[in-house]
Amino acid sequence: MAYAAGVDVGSTQTKAIIIDEDKNIVGRALIYTGANVTQAAEKSFQQALKDANIGEEEVEYVIGTGYGRYKVTFGNKQITEISCHGRGAVHMFPKTKTVIDMGGQDSKAISVSPNGEIVDFCMNDKCAAGTGRFLGAASMALDIPLDDLGPTSLNAEKPVRISTTCTVFAESEILSWLGKGKKVEDILWGVHQSISSRSIGLLRRVGIEEEVTFTGGVARNTGMIKAMEDGLKKKINVCEDSHYIGALGAALFSLDHIFASRKPKVKELAK
Amino acid sequence: MVDKNIVGRGNKDGAALFRDWFSSLNDVAERNERSAYVFVMGSLNEILKSFDMPVSFPEINSLQTAVRKQSHDLLTQAEDYGYSPDICGYVKADVAVQLAGGEHPMGKIPKPSIAVLTNACNTYIKWAEIWERMYGTPIVTLDVPGTRSQGTQTWQGNSDFENDKRYVSAQLKELIETCEKVTGKKFDIDKFREVLGYANDMSVSWKRILELNQACPSVFNALTDGTIFLGVANGFRGTKEGSEYFKNLVEEMEFKVANEIGTLSEEKFRLAFVGVPCYPIFRRFNEFFTDWGGNFVHSTYLWFAAGGTNLGFEYDLKNPIDSLAEGLLISVRDAMDSMFYQDESIMSMIDSYKLDGVVYHPIKSCRTVSTGLSDGRRSIMKQRPEISTLFIESDMMDKRVVSEAQMKNRIDAYFEGMISRKQQVSV
Repeated sequence: MAYAAGVDVGSTQTKAIIIDEDKNIVGRALIYTGANVTQAAEKSFQQALKDANIGEEEVEYVIGTGYGRYKVTFGNKQITEISCHGRGAVHMFPKTKTVIDMGGQDSKAISVSPNGEIVDFCMNDKCAAGTGRFLGAASMALDIPLDDLGPTSLNAEKPVRISTTCTVFAESEILSWLGKGKKVEDILWGVHQSISSRSIGLLRRVGIEEEVTFTGGVARNTGMIKAMEDGLKKKINVCEDSHYIGALGAALFSLDHIFASRKPKVKELAK
Repeated sequence: MVDKNIVGRGNKDGAALFRDWFSSLNDVAERNERSAYVFVMGSLNEILKSFDMPVSFPEINSLQTAVRKQSHDLLTQAEDYGYSPDICGYVKADVAVQLAGGEHPMGKIPKPSIAVLTNACNTYIKWAEIWERMYGTPIVTLDVPGTRSQGTQTWQGNSDFENDKRYVSAQLKELIETCEKVTGKKFDIDKFREVLGYANDMSVSWKRILELNQACPSVFNALTDGTIFLGVANGFRGTKEGSEYFKNLVEEMEFKVANEIGTLSEEKFRLAFVGVPCYPIFRRFNEFFTDWGGNFVHSTYLWFAAGGTNLGFEYDLKNPIDSLAEGLLISVRDAMDSMFYQDESIMSMIDSYKLDGVVYHPIKSCRTVSTGLSDGRRSIMKQRPEISTLFIESDMMDKRVVSEAQMKNRIDAYFEGMISRKQQVSV
């Protein structure tokens, strides 16, 4: 049994996935990227190996993805996270036509063909509004752990409207709402709606076709899932491994490579 | 057998001519004399050269500061002076150069004796007003009627076209009168005919060169080589040197086509470029594509920044002023069409240039060429879904909005998609 791996070095977190020949996830790891990108890639891979309970020599091919993909020095190849998220999303939800990936620093809207091929894509440009960083700012301003933001926001009764699109100014706006006596959950729901509205704008640029699959770290946030579904007026696909979809896509590309290298060449067949 | 003397000659000679041009402008400035300031979309070089006026293209001066990594300082100087970060980077770099007494990385730029412009770009008008305020420069703005709506261009013999031509012709006569006042010389119709003859040679050659790049492999890169050719096309229009340069360039490109000498060792993807190049990382930007085997075989820039001379319009030397009016009307209109109705131009390129993809590059500091690119792209995606398109935004001058990592990420994903698509097709 051969194994394939994908390591997604994102701006905030690094994810590693190991799959077997039947495309089952056998190992996964998630760590904060920090300043030493190469070390983060290495560490996440080692953790995933441990999780899979296999040795490094059993992994035949590794693909690096994400902004730090060229820092996956032990990897065999690099592929952008745009291609990897498309591939991973279609693998998890085969009817996916549109992918929204929300990461720590960027968001991507991706239109995909049935085999996971990228038809079109669009990303936030030079601004972190509509990304996980926006939630990070809210978490800081309200002194609430990141993981609690979503569940808290779902208790909103009279949501406020966060009008600024700037992540930096959002913090001031949140404080001003607090000063006006608004409840934390109402402010938080406004934050989620603001991000969802920005992300749906991105999605519109590539065209929203069902099914829509939500990937990336922010997809773990239950408030964000609801805000996206409310904004899109439709259910969206989310899985427990949404956070790992980029790494999964990379691992699937790795597996393609392993299978392709096993195919006999035309000349060999002729013999 | 490859003739080593002919391959690459256009780039070498073009660079030498370019240096000569700036050197001559430096000499003009050192003598405390002035040059005419003109723009790439409708330069009217034909009239100015007939008065032997040295000619300076502020757009080209400015882009040179970006290529030479000096635009950032100039932009911030102009912003310190009061100009907004959001306006045209070409304007701001020029303002800083003017404030520094014409000091430019390629030599000293003379002050303007006259500013000649068309309505092809709205910024031209405000830009010229800056020189008017700084130096009292006389301005001649030619109002050239453009296409009223997509697909409604009229031609010779049509009453609308003839009326437009008369309108432009009358303005040319006013320009000639102003040139006579500025230079103190009488207009010489024979000299003018001679200049038009050289301009005709260049137009015919330019059209031919663009057509020659339909060859597989393509014989020049529309972005890098093309920009050198454009520099000569603008600076030396209506001159003997310009005419000869382009005749030689045709010879070189025909040689390369005949001997299948391509730009890349392996041309995997043939691309068209829409917009203005990213000058702050000019070479690197191109390498993002060539690293994947992608080559720009055409661009709308080669149309509008050549003032529409790509059409190969030839002036009638027996009727020079009216014929210049006709040529100006057609070429400036075409330059505007290649910005505002570029989807039509791109559609016509797809098959003739055997394109695999189209790259749209809207830029922050020029709304004129950038507005509508998104719609143009959608139009192509709808009509020719098999053509891969990429939309990347940056700037032609301002490195503060050029993010190499993000840009590379998008370009890599674009090629990954194209490779995957090609593999699917082959399966």
